Amino acid sequence: MHELSIVMSIVDIAQQQAAHANAAIIDEIEIDIGCLSTVQIEAFDFAWDQAVKETILEGTVKKINRIKGKARCLDCETSFPLENLYDACPNCGQHLIDIVEGKELRVRSLIVS
Amino acid sequence: MCATCGCDADGNVTMHEPGHHHDNNDHHSHDHHKKVVAVEKDVLNENNLLAERNRGYFEAKNILALNLVSSPGSGKTSLLERTLTDLKGELEFAVIEGDQQTTNDADRIHATGTKVVQINTGKGCHLDAHMVMHAVQGMKPKQNGVLFIENVGNLVCPAMFDLGEKERVVIISVTEGDDKPLKYPDMFYSSTLCIINKTDLLPYVPFDIEKVKVNAKKVNHKLEIIELSCTNGEGLQIWYDWLKSKVLAPEPA
Repeated sequence: MHELSIVMSIVDIAQQQAAHANAAIIDEIEIDIGCLSTVQIEAFDFAWDQAVKETILEGTVKKINRIKGKARCLDCETSFPLENLYDACPNCGQHLIDIVEGKELRVRSLIVS
Repeated sequence: MCATCGCDADGNVTMHEPGHHHDNNDHHSHDHHKKVVAVEKDVLNENNLLAERNRGYFEAKNILALNLVSSPGSGKTSLLERTLTDLKGELEFAVIEGDQQTTNDADRIHATGTKVVQINTGKGCHLDAHMVMHAVQGMKPKQNGVLFIENVGNLVCPAMFDLGEKERVVIISVTEGDDKPLKYPDMFYSSTLCIINKTDLLPYVPFDIEKVKVNAKKVNHKLEIIELSCTNGEGLQIWYDWLKSKVLAPEPA
């Protein structure tokens, strides 16, 4: 939910960063969206096309890094890929896990000119 | 539109106090030098910054701030009414209520004699750190007290928005499904305490209390769980003891 507002926040961040860097054009924007984050990618893409119109990001190439979920079992120390928050460790079957990757929702970088 | 979440909240967010009647570019054309700007900024950055500001304020005033979240109807307001009545005089309380419309919940809290502010989000579906900051600025909660923030009834959106709370309490009732934690994992993952309410109705519903606890722990193994009933008082003492254990003794002057 809130994919539109997330895109709007990205536009704000991009505007601020471009202003800091004295850049008028953002050629490319790199964004991390973890597979375990609250973002639904289809809704995000749809919202993007609408929300960037007449902003600094209209025409910017967006590069989305889908970060796969990764967890570490606190019991047997196995690292394993995580698809759902309630998944168990494939090695020992316990749910005592720590999420290491997959919840990111972050603007990584811009390429400006 | 709210800049943080995009809902129609900001233009229509109002606050009420019961008992008061009256809210680069560089234009040198030869230079097409491209530059990489490292950003590394969390998208919900703006809300997170305000949440940290709230957190700092609460810590400085030794206020235990709790964010109560649940589906509509799980019993958040009833739990507060009961707590505020039973512990009156033992702890200093203040409440922030969140609903789309009406001051009904704040009126109920006001009737217990507790300081309360109602936030009406209009079309908005959750409270955010910005709203909480304004409410706190208005009500000036007392030092060394407890601040309950009753979020809008919604098991989805509030999960994304840090309010600056110390503990997030997710409440479910036995009239809901015992697979709730699996269906709404983000909320259970982001909470620190889970309260299972309406245990007095267990004989009349197919709710499997052991199953819901297993499901909740699958999503968040660190989750503490308390079972209680606001109606018959079962389990309330455990909740009161938990609450008191979280309140830090004030620093000696």
